[in-house]
Amino acid sequence: MTTETLDRIATAVPTELARGRGGGGPASKRVVVAYGFWIFILSDIIMFSALFAAYAVLAGNTAGGPTGRELFNLHKVFIETLCLLLSSYTCGLGALSAERRQPARFLFFAALTFVLGAAFVVIEATEFAGMVEQGAGPTRSAFLSSFFTLVGTHGAHVTCGLLWLVYLTAQVMVKGLTAPVLRRLLCWSLFWHALDIVWIGVMTLVYLMGVG
Amino acid sequence: MKGPDHVFDDRSPGVEEYEPTASYWSYTAGVGLAILATIASFIVSQTHLLWPPGIPVGLVVLAFAQIGVHLVFFLHLGSGSDNTNNILALAFGVLVVALVIGGSIWIIANLNENTMHLNEMTQMHG
Amino acid sequence: MLGKLTWAAIPFNEPLPLLSAVVILIVIFALLALITIKGWWPYLWNEWVTSVDHKRIGVMYMLLGLVMMLRGFSDAIMMRTQQAIAIGPSQGYLPPEHYDQVFSAHGVIMIFFVAMPLVIGLMNFVVPLQLGVRDVAFPTLNSVSFWLTASGALLVNASLVIGNFARTTWWNYPPLSELAFSPGVGVDYYLWSVQISGIGTLLTGINFVATILKLRAPGMTYFRMPVFCWTALATNMMIVAVFPILTATFMMLLLDRYLGMHFFTNDAGGNQMMYVNLFWAWGHPEVYILILPAFGVYSEVVATFSGKGLFSYRSMVLATLGICVLSTMVWLHHFFTMGAGADVNAFFGMMSSIIAVPTGVKIFNWLFTMYRGRIVFTTPMLYSIGFMVTFVIGGLTGVLLAVPPVDFVLHNSAFLVAHFHNVIIGGVVFGAFAGYNYWFPKVFGFTLDERWGKAGFWCWLVGFWLAFTPLYVLGLMGMTRRLQHIPDPSWRPWLLVAEFGAIVIFCGILCQIAQLYVSIRTREQRRDVTGDPWNGRTLEWATSSPPPAYNFAVLPKVETIDAFWEMKRRGLSTAEPAYEAIEVPRNSATGFVTAFFAVATGFALIWHIWWMAMVGVLAAALIMLVSGWSDEREREITATEIAQLERNRLVPGQPAE
Repeated sequence: MTTETLDRIATAVPTELARGRGGGGPASKRVVVAYGFWIFILSDIIMFSALFAAYAVLAGNTAGGPTGRELFNLHKVFIETLCLLLSSYTCGLGALSAERRQPARFLFFAALTFVLGAAFVVIEATEFAGMVEQGAGPTRSAFLSSFFTLVGTHGAHVTCGLLWLVYLTAQVMVKGLTAPVLRRLLCWSLFWHALDIVWIGVMTLVYLMGVG
Repeated sequence: MKGPDHVFDDRSPGVEEYEPTASYWSYTAGVGLAILATIASFIVSQTHLLWPPGIPVGLVVLAFAQIGVHLVFFLHLGSGSDNTNNILALAFGVLVVALVIGGSIWIIANLNENTMHLNEMTQMHG
Repeated sequence: MLGKLTWAAIPFNEPLPLLSAVVILIVIFALLALITIKGWWPYLWNEWVTSVDHKRIGVMYMLLGLVMMLRGFSDAIMMRTQQAIAIGPSQGYLPPEHYDQVFSAHGVIMIFFVAMPLVIGLMNFVVPLQLGVRDVAFPTLNSVSFWLTASGALLVNASLVIGNFARTTWWNYPPLSELAFSPGVGVDYYLWSVQISGIGTLLTGINFVATILKLRAPGMTYFRMPVFCWTALATNMMIVAVFPILTATFMMLLLDRYLGMHFFTNDAGGNQMMYVNLFWAWGHPEVYILILPAFGVYSEVVATFSGKGLFSYRSMVLATLGICVLSTMVWLHHFFTMGAGADVNAFFGMMSSIIAVPTGVKIFNWLFTMYRGRIVFTTPMLYSIGFMVTFVIGGLTGVLLAVPPVDFVLHNSAFLVAHFHNVIIGGVVFGAFAGYNYWFPKVFGFTLDERWGKAGFWCWLVGFWLAFTPLYVLGLMGMTRRLQHIPDPSWRPWLLVAEFGAIVIFCGILCQIAQLYVSIRTREQRRDVTGDPWNGRTLEWATSSPPPAYNFAVLPKVETIDAFWEMKRRGLSTAEPAYEAIEVPRNSATGFVTAFFAVATGFALIWHIWWMAMVGVLAAALIMLVSGWSDEREREITATEIAQLERNRLVPGQPAE
């Protein structure tokens, strides 16, 4: 259907039934599921905001131990950021392929997204391991506790997202791009984009401001 | 509901099934802008391009810009009447995030300033 | 093998906990035995435990809340009695290490396992019916929510039998709640039970926001929704907005306790005020989460029993949304005394006073609704009127406390205790009781006995005032809260009156139990055959009592506020509509199984039984994988079956839409 046809239909019905007015009766399952998941994403972002707040308040409490400036490696952070950002891009391209019922293309982009996301997790894990080895683990000071918790919780979310992607890819391969599978992919891509949004906050507030 | 229910439906974030401009273009533009914003953030924080006391503000502005790019180009959040629920939910979420982060920073800074530090207290008892 | 768990965890040498544990276990085993002997397991499993029907889940929430109220109230009577006895030379019967657990458990249970389940239960049953739809947005998730809440309740009660509960008050502040000062399992019981049930509550919030915003009968625009649905929307938006803060805060404390981190410790840079700050950033909106559904109940009850539409629907909606937003901006008033400067204290003091304004608007709206109405003094209406008087006074003491210099004197005194019980009992509890009496016939098909109901109301009202007015006085005389021993003998007369008030409340509870018993025994005399016993105004009264599983055979077409009232006004059609097949969600064991492993994991983490915790987490992952794969989640009720069901229950005066 063209945009013009849709507009004609929209104006032909009572205003209360038209988009956004709320009188059109129960929404379709796809809309309800996506909206519910959007609300969940917002709640998750609020949880992150409490962790951000704790970091902001405790960042200066290094208890005589190492500071961010000494520990953070901005080159690695830049590469991590690009990995996650590009994985959001491939995620979007994969979503388009799924919507257009092109399973092969979807699987290709899903694989790319997985690789980029996994690269992010690996780089972050090595960063953490390195810090612990130096004696700058989460039990050293309040600053480090809040750093590891904030950044680690984000990393844990990314890891869960990767596992979920594998699970959904299995569903696509077994069941094809059915309506329920498409709904789940929609939720997954919302999740993935939201994680990149949170990372923008981490990159800016933790790393760039922590070093500058 | 049967028939073209998307005429009556709100739009949910991320749905691009019937969006006329849904395309590789939207995502490509989005990731391009986001990469630019990222590079800009690193430059701002690592050089003296910006007046130093203004660096935190610049970084925050760039972060908000990049988040906006994500919301519009990746999540297809728009300003149409079918997007109202999504925008209102986001607005409430942003309010709470601002209160939690901003409020905590203000309150704890105020407390730190007005109360004795643990070190000072232990030194009092010599 | 079993972590920290040993036989010493069972309180063999402490008479009181041992006695309560034995009594509870006997009751539980007797109940299980009765169910087994009568062969009720299949019925319970198929009709209740695995049900994803919002009506069944609502009833289970209410049952949980009411049963836990008995436990919370017994804690209250224990405290009142201790304070009435332990004056001057007498030490009373509860040593401090027990008294501390009692007041901590009392708070946790009343807030998380009584008040929350009661309001969530009411919203669960009523909201989809009032919206004219068949169920909530995510029915299986709804079941998971309930069972996770029940898991938390189970863990709290387990602490009575195995180990002990936290002694740190219901707020659980560090550094007392850190490992250095609370090395035992009590704090861990608190943290895990509230964390687990908190996930359930968050899922409820998501569910109801999606339901109210995306699933309504055709024609029901936002400003044609019943006010109860508006308050439910605001409540659930707040749940979504603030419960994650509590989750994060408890996560940080758990990381301190389990992994040796330093968020809130005394050493290595921890900041305890950050816990206090974040806890109350959740805690203040939480009390508005409790009161808003009660406000919604009163709006429905007052309108129905005044025979008039609610006065000024729009200002009611605006006031509700105003409260929703403002409640996130006042939280520092819970720690005015912790050393913030005048600017911070003044800001939050002013915001706390401002938030009284929308509540005042609501009170006036209810009063104007009653003005020139034809008032029927049923039990729900009595609770509503009792609320108006009680809550307003409690709210006024709150505005008093919102003034920082006043709070410097009265913070954590008995005055404060009286204030919040005033608003919670007068507001939330009375609202829950009003809703319980009002919607009972819809749920079960017969009304509750009015005489016992009214007796219960009067006992609660008189008992509340007797129990808490002395506490206002004592607070002004200098008594702090949470005293295990009373140092000043001149306080004795007040404390005795308070004890007497608690006993009167207990009589109220007995009246309510009697009401239920008598109502069930004489239910045939009070059958609700029309589905509309109160001449109601909203859509839930358009269904039979109880409603069929699918609620409405045909979704109603809504054209005005008070849709059912309008339908009655225009005359109910008796023509049979064209029935279509309806898809309803299948039952699901996901909720119960998830809860089972949640309890096991929580218990394992509390007692440091690491292998068991790992098994629990893996099981949770497995449940998600299994339940996330299946697509056949619905079953169909054919048009013929529906026609059959509808014809069987059609009675003159019953709308057939």
